[in-house]
Amino acid sequence: MNSGKRPIYLDYQATTPCDPRVVEKMLPWFTEKFGNPHSRNHLFGWEAEEGVELGRERVARLIGADPKEVIFTSGATESNNLAIKGVAQFYKDKRDHIVTVTTEHKCVLDTCRHLEQEGFRITYLPVKTNGLVDLAELDAAITDKTVVVSVMGVNNEIGVIQPLAEIGALCRKKGAFFHTDCAQAVGKIPLDVNAMNIDLMSISGHKIYGPKGIGALYVRRRPRIRLIPMINGGGQERGMRSGTLPVPLCVGLGEACAIAAKEMGAEAERLRGLRDRLLTGLQSKLSEVYLNGDLESRIPGNLNLSFAFVEGEGLMMGVKDLAVSSGSACTSASLEPSYVLRALGVEVEMAHTSLRLGLGRFTTEAEIDYAIDHIVAAVNHLRDLSPLWEMHQQGVDIKSIQWAEH
Amino acid sequence: MSYSDKVVDHYENPRNVGSFQKDEKNVGTGLVGAPACGDVMKLQIKVSAEGIIEDAKFKTFGCGSAIASSSLVTEWIKGKTLDEAAEIKNSQIACELALPPVKIHCSVLAEDAIKAAIADYRKNQNQ
Repeated sequence: MNSGKRPIYLDYQATTPCDPRVVEKMLPWFTEKFGNPHSRNHLFGWEAEEGVELGRERVARLIGADPKEVIFTSGATESNNLAIKGVAQFYKDKRDHIVTVTTEHKCVLDTCRHLEQEGFRITYLPVKTNGLVDLAELDAAITDKTVVVSVMGVNNEIGVIQPLAEIGALCRKKGAFFHTDCAQAVGKIPLDVNAMNIDLMSISGHKIYGPKGIGALYVRRRPRIRLIPMINGGGQERGMRSGTLPVPLCVGLGEACAIAAKEMGAEAERLRGLRDRLLTGLQSKLSEVYLNGDLESRIPGNLNLSFAFVEGEGLMMGVKDLAVSSGSACTSASLEPSYVLRALGVEVEMAHTSLRLGLGRFTTEAEIDYAIDHIVAAVNHLRDLSPLWEMHQQGVDIKSIQWAEH
Repeated sequence: MSYSDKVVDHYENPRNVGSFQKDEKNVGTGLVGAPACGDVMKLQIKVSAEGIIEDAKFKTFGCGSAIASSSLVTEWIKGKTLDEAAEIKNSQIACELALPPVKIHCSVLAEDAIKAAIADYRKNQNQ
């Protein structure tokens, strides 16, 4: 066992460590170059503004945008709130309909629920069993009353990549704005706001080896997208987001984007190798292991697996040398498993048996090999304990039993 | 969430794991919970002619607290009469394992499993 040491981190969709190169670039901006970037009267302000603008330029470059189209926020949750509420409220006299998808992040879904209470109509589109949006269904859902379509770039639980270019083309044709939550996509897959007809894009710092507490929102200027700000004040960020900018964080996000731009291709290649090694390793040593979500249209740093007949939370306890996350939400009072897996049509029984394994920049081959052995041992231990596994071995169909739901 | 030492101990070294032949006349089997809820417990008792539980086995699909609750009760019921075993309350299990409020249902399920195994044994005797 790995006792005494810290667990192996395999939860890169939850957050990523800040890249040491990012931290290094941030440090002078805390102490030496500490100025307020909005101070116009002296060197401290000017140099701070330069830092912010360099960061902004690097964020913009990664997504093919103009720096003037990027505004800094506190993170992707704020960006998602601002994008959806902001445009909905600005255009509400003309349009009152929003289209989104059932597998979106909670902060998009909850924002939509909030707008529903304000009188907006929301269409929550289902996904196919591979987790991807059906373009024909999306096409049918968009009407001349639709103000914005919000579809995430990459899903946080299952890592699947939505067909952004196709969705963007559809939105453009139908005259609806296209917002995409790209917290998990930026720096992982190539993105181009113009080629993909993206009007609004949410970006997170801490998912891309940048600092926590910062994100960005891309807001298209041509044609210009208007939005009502949520935070009022000194009119910073072109009036869309007031408040003094956190210069070290802006610099850090910019550096994280610059590194991603440079290393994305090689990193994806390396992660794909590790991901395949992990998947093959587990599936060759264990039976009844199922991948949730499409394998092809997926970022290489994510696996979401159901280990049939083994409950996810129990499994997490068994793999205590690994920091992973479970699709089972047995700790919540509702006993409801992941709504994302349920939206894929994964049965509740199977959704309870899932683990999310997130690989990233600092994951090593040795860690993957250790993880394989550790997971295999835990699954075998729990299957020996599992009455469902026993029934399965005896050829009993678990669905044929009358279970008393509790 | 962190687990108590006792939960971890039962999880890592579960007591009395296994199965008896279901159709033996002196065996009672309780199967409670549901896969869709994330918890299934199978508890079996082997009862002597004098009505004493002389052996117990379990298998559980569930979280660490569910596994620990069922492992614990197999230890507790051995040597007890059926009536004594039926008196075990979920609150005693929860207290012994220091279960947090969100895990109380695991102890409820373990209590239900004992009762179900006893009922099944009595049904077998009356056949």
